[in-house]
Amino acid sequence: MTTHNGFPVVTALIVLPLVAAVVLLVLRRNEHTTRLVTLGAGILECLLALPLLGYAPDGPAFQFVEHAPWLPALGMSYHLGVDGLSLYMILLTALMLPLCVLGSWTYISKRVTEFHFCLLLMTSACIGVFAALDFVLFYVFWEAMLVPMYLLIAVWGGPRRRYASIKFFLYTLAGSTLLLAAIVAFRQVGGTFAIPELMEKTYSFRFQMWAFLAMALAFAIKVPMFPFHTWLPAAHVEAPAAGSVLLAAILLKMGTYGFLRFCLPLTPAASVTAAPVMIAVSIASILYGGCIALGQTDIKKLIAYSSVGHMGFVTLGIFLFSVKGVSGAILQMLNHGITTGGLFMMVGLLYERSHSREIADNQGLGKFMPAYMFLFGVFSFSSLAFPGTNSFVGEVLVLIGAFAGNPWVGFAAVPGAMLAAAYMLRLLQRVTWGEPTSFKKGWYDLGAREWATLVPLALLVFYIGLAPSLAIRTIEPSIERVLSAMNAKNQAMGLTPDMPLAQRMELAAPLTVAQSADLAR
Amino acid sequence: MTIYLLLPELWLLGLVCALFVASLKGVKSVSGWLPAAAGIGVLVALMGVSARGEMLYATYRLDALSQFFKLVIALGFAIVTGIAAGKKDDADMTPDYFMLLALSAWGLMLLASCVELVTLYLALELSSYSLYALIPLRGQDRRAAEAGIKYILFGAAVTALALFGLSYIMAAKHTTYISALAASSWSFADAPLAVVGLTLFLAGFFYKLALFPFHFWCPDVYQGAKNETAAYVATIPKLGAVVVLVRLAAFVTPHMEVTDILAILGAVSMTAGNLAALVQRDVKRLLGYSSVAHAGYVMLGLAAGSAAGLSAAAFYSLAYILMNLAAFYVVCTMSVGGENPSLDDLDGLYKRAPALAMILAVAAFALVGLPPTAGFTGKLFLLSAAWDQGYHWLVIVAVLNTAISIYYYLSLVRHAYTGESEAPAIAVPRGALVFGGLLAALVLLLGILPAPLYDLAAMAGTQLHP
Repeated sequence: MTTHNGFPVVTALIVLPLVAAVVLLVLRRNEHTTRLVTLGAGILECLLALPLLGYAPDGPAFQFVEHAPWLPALGMSYHLGVDGLSLYMILLTALMLPLCVLGSWTYISKRVTEFHFCLLLMTSACIGVFAALDFVLFYVFWEAMLVPMYLLIAVWGGPRRRYASIKFFLYTLAGSTLLLAAIVAFRQVGGTFAIPELMEKTYSFRFQMWAFLAMALAFAIKVPMFPFHTWLPAAHVEAPAAGSVLLAAILLKMGTYGFLRFCLPLTPAASVTAAPVMIAVSIASILYGGCIALGQTDIKKLIAYSSVGHMGFVTLGIFLFSVKGVSGAILQMLNHGITTGGLFMMVGLLYERSHSREIADNQGLGKFMPAYMFLFGVFSFSSLAFPGTNSFVGEVLVLIGAFAGNPWVGFAAVPGAMLAAAYMLRLLQRVTWGEPTSFKKGWYDLGAREWATLVPLALLVFYIGLAPSLAIRTIEPSIERVLSAMNAKNQAMGLTPDMPLAQRMELAAPLTVAQSADLAR
Repeated sequence: MTIYLLLPELWLLGLVCALFVASLKGVKSVSGWLPAAAGIGVLVALMGVSARGEMLYATYRLDALSQFFKLVIALGFAIVTGIAAGKKDDADMTPDYFMLLALSAWGLMLLASCVELVTLYLALELSSYSLYALIPLRGQDRRAAEAGIKYILFGAAVTALALFGLSYIMAAKHTTYISALAASSWSFADAPLAVVGLTLFLAGFFYKLALFPFHFWCPDVYQGAKNETAAYVATIPKLGAVVVLVRLAAFVTPHMEVTDILAILGAVSMTAGNLAALVQRDVKRLLGYSSVAHAGYVMLGLAAGSAAGLSAAAFYSLAYILMNLAAFYVVCTMSVGGENPSLDDLDGLYKRAPALAMILAVAAFALVGLPPTAGFTGKLFLLSAAWDQGYHWLVIVAVLNTAISIYYYLSLVRHAYTGESEAPAIAVPRGALVFGGLLAALVLLLGILPAPLYDLAAMAGTQLHP
């Protein structure tokens, strides 16, 4: 097995949660020990992820690469690596594990071992998704995380958990079965499952279109893009706090990550062709998510629908194909994870106190829980992209990209930002200063554990908001690489912007150097 | 010494004899030593994997394909005896019950090596006759009687059909050796009679495989048969069918009439099986329809007709028996009185028997084809092979069918994990749990590290299609 500097850091990140999960099953001690063991594993996971910060933006495309044969007969290998697209997603996943454990410390009281077992499996699979450089390995992790997430919703969820969990599972799995067909097709055409090798090849336009459609469906469901979003509010509302946090912070990012990792580099011509539709759907998601969020009375539902809108900005940024747009999108992926993750965590804390998620039952808290409201305010302002917070940077980059590409696209997306301000401020106003409906004994302010859960996220809100260049500097070289390869391939193919679809369908892949040499012989 | 080449068969024959003697002596239970002896049989089969040779006027051949399937049959038989041995209090688990099972497995082992149509037919009958006796064993139950009659009647009719087909092949080709048949043309234009004959002959094996439209017996028989018998009937005889189909498919090149028929039958079979399974409440019936769908998936490899396709079919049948036996293990272990569990009986299984719930979840997710289980890798090989041969539509049908099947497999897990029940906890002996755990671990291991067994299957495939 080839590794980076002799230490397989990415494998360690994947294996550590698995080992911890097995330890939990073997130990089967009391609930407190279970929580401590998982928290310890989470902290260790964060420490293990620190070497990834040594990622060199100007270095090779994939770093921390690990490679070992898996099934040579079919060209499958255990191949992991990190680039600017996946780096922050992996770091975010590692960070979320200890925070989720802390956030569920008192929230989860039944089947505690199994709950933490699922959390650990999720973390392992999610890191695997972001690090996999073999298409089959990617699919293995992609599907493997469905099972623990399904159980998180189905076992520890709210009253309609059965319905929500089945809907989640059916939607996402049904979408990704076509992804499997695309993976098989890529192997036949490209001759390998290795993603870096597949990226170097070009495919005929007709093939790209079919492959794009198959992959985009899986990714669009995961994002989720309107109109494939209906599983999301149900899943979010019914999931326990930690489940919602993982869903928002990590799972939704897998869809947008899939677009960046596979659609743009592997099917560049099809991506360009489909871009108008994808942009239109993104804007629809932004506006739809915002409008529906505005009408919600359940705080969790409101944040869930706001996610549809926020993720619309991410897909919009991706399909602008400009460095600004795509870096805004990636930053927004990270930001949404931090901000919405924080908000869901806070809703969980509120639910523990009031046993209700209705705005009407949780009004006027500013007087009783100032610290809570302060942090809630931080995340809310970040969610509405207030200057100085992380989301502002991401959203502005996407909007700049949009205006630079086509002013109409920019104009169409702007109301989304205003809608976000409307629903978040309305929520904040009522929860903080609204007329208290009932004074409950439960209104106690944040405890030390809760502070510890939320402060890291709040710090990140300001850190990225005030010093975004650090993150952008790491991300940009990878984006430039993807976009320039994409343009070069499209040019080599002879794709022009005004070419009609029928003519595009005739575009065959350009010959590779080896093939041309063969013909000349 | 050729006798050493036949060790797997001889070991099983030895078991049959030992069980026969035990039943004559009126021994009450053999569950003490039989699983161990069957386990040794797996080791013997493993040792025999490299055996090569031809005997009995070249009608019986030991090659990579036959030895691979013998290993899988030995493994499957060992698992079934292991499951059955867990039911110590069951009065029906007499030596003659196991003798009939072993006899059927022995017939299937012979079938794996037969390369001549008449011998093949005889081996098939040998494996079937003992099952005719086994299925109605739950004598007092009307459904068991019905299942037995259905199995025998359908079986007899289809056997007659196969024999009829065999006569056509003999008439048209003047030979019954597969190698000689493979050398001649199999297009409809050249040899219409032979193609019709082959189709009829194949029908016999489609029946064993429960491929649509030869599947009608399957859910009823599963439902009526004793749980342990159903576990056997649902898995091991299918291996026999697959091995013969793989052998016969090896002489049809891709995109001939026969492979196209296989592809269409496969597509219809998976769709019909999955749709029918959606509405089942009886877990055994559900698994019955699921096996109809899985027979369809195997057709992906056979229709591909390439070396990769045949190895994929061989590998998938191994994955299938492991995951299906894991599911049947749960069915057998949880039903105390031997009755058929329904979906509602699975409610709250996580609380009543956490380990069983876990094994059921692994089996169900493997049957869906979810990574990292053997079901996923097996399906991936099948899809790759079919796509490579241009059966794109079949691949799409297969993945869409996977999407349909999620619902009913998931409902097994849903009932086990999210259902609540007041039923008492299920006491499972530690030994039985370790056995079930091993089974689930095998399903996972074969998914994570498929290379060693896939290489064996690939050897079998390449040998047929160099």
